[in-house]
Amino acid sequence: MPTKIIHKHRLATRWMHWLNFPLLTILIWSGLLIYWANDVYELRLGNLVLFRFFPEWFYKALDVPYRLGEGMAYHFVFMWAFMLNGLLYVLYTVFSGEWRYLVPGKGALRDSWHVVLHDLGLRKELPPQAKYNAAQQVAYSSIILMGLGSVLTGFAIYKPVQLGWLTAALGGYEAARAEHFVLTIGYVLFFVIHLAQVVRAGWNNFRGMVAGFEIVREGEPQPTQQTQES
Amino acid sequence: MKTERVSDQTAKKYTRRSWLAFLGFFAAGGAGFAGWKWLQRQPLDGGIRGGIRQPLRDGLTASENVFTRFFNKARLVKEYPKTEAVPKPRVNGNVGLDPDLFEVADWKLNVTKADGKTLEVSLDELKGLPKTEIVFNFKCIEGWSQVQHWGGVRFAEFAQHYGLAKEVALPYVGMSTPDEEYYVGIDTASALHPQTLLAYEMSGQPLTDLRHGAPLRLIIPVKYGVKNLKRIGTVFFSEEKPADYWAERGYDYYIGL
Repeated sequence: MPTKIIHKHRLATRWMHWLNFPLLTILIWSGLLIYWANDVYELRLGNLVLFRFFPEWFYKALDVPYRLGEGMAYHFVFMWAFMLNGLLYVLYTVFSGEWRYLVPGKGALRDSWHVVLHDLGLRKELPPQAKYNAAQQVAYSSIILMGLGSVLTGFAIYKPVQLGWLTAALGGYEAARAEHFVLTIGYVLFFVIHLAQVVRAGWNNFRGMVAGFEIVREGEPQPTQQTQES
Repeated sequence: MKTERVSDQTAKKYTRRSWLAFLGFFAAGGAGFAGWKWLQRQPLDGGIRGGIRQPLRDGLTASENVFTRFFNKARLVKEYPKTEAVPKPRVNGNVGLDPDLFEVADWKLNVTKADGKTLEVSLDELKGLPKTEIVFNFKCIEGWSQVQHWGGVRFAEFAQHYGLAKEVALPYVGMSTPDEEYYVGIDTASALHPQTLLAYEMSGQPLTDLRHGAPLRLIIPVKYGVKNLKRIGTVFFSEEKPADYWAERGYDYYIGL
């Protein structure tokens, strides 16, 4: 019985993908240590506070209080590694031609809506796709733009005088801080969905991100074309 | 995306290769975790509670060396109309400000000169120098900010008036409260920035509130609030980095905005 090998992710892509995991963990954690010192954000509907960022039990559980200095030290050292990794990823994706799989094409928004309906069990067929389906293209391209957004809003609050033009362009110092925070919440939401989809897509897809290829026995359903989604 | 059909034998090779890849994956993860644990075991800089691990301090110092090189004095902090300033600036931090051990009437600013002599300057003498007012967004390292209105003499004009050319040629300025409980170190370029003031007015009134640093405090808009030392007792100049209260407690030394 012949077997199909689908070469999926290149070595550089895999390394840069996985490096984000520890780097973002450290940056989000240290960002939390910093945020605690002035934790003013909340979700509200008129005068009704729906959610306060963050409840006391949350801080206690993660040992957050009174660690601002430590948080800044980790944040302002590891941010360089995160930025370098992101920059290398973008350069690699552009020059290797991988961007062709990634950047959403015409009709991607409609197609990604169909993917969402499919994944929710409300639609039978998936739109045709190459390496990534339309929803993946939109999500992965967005997360790169979000990364750029975090770097820009981060610099706007890190050097608001020397980079005053940037801070002003982002709506001012306080606005840039809020934007930096919202983007971080965005990463966390992305991560939750990403993780759920990886679990759903199954073993072969996960192997693709570790080993670089999928192994599909002919005659078996092909996860890549049918349900793969992470 | 390249797809190939392979024989059973080659498929087995791929299966083996994928296990090796997982082995490498977990080895890399383990190495990363070991690196993290190594970082947590490194000595604290300065060895005091609240300090940070030495490699992190080295990282911050490396950034500082880049930032000080590119520090552009021509970049001014954004100024606001007086009407936008808060009437009552927020109070934060009271180290070195014990009200019982201090008499405003006895106060004089002490400047240690290059020849070792101390220059004593009274508040009235300072008020005789040209006054500069600034309304800017005061930024606390904790993350809040507030538009405040301050008035005083530019540090650069003060230094010029008292002939401190030799002193300000040194790379660092140190300042401390009279009781030496609170102290900061600042790069001289930032101290000489045209918006850096020795302030004796707050919100358009004489600065009399001891909690805000009466009679004289530093207003240095190109730094976070922690460098804006209240109740200045002593000023000195140095080739080496002067001690800095919050840097000793883990903050970045430079914190230039």
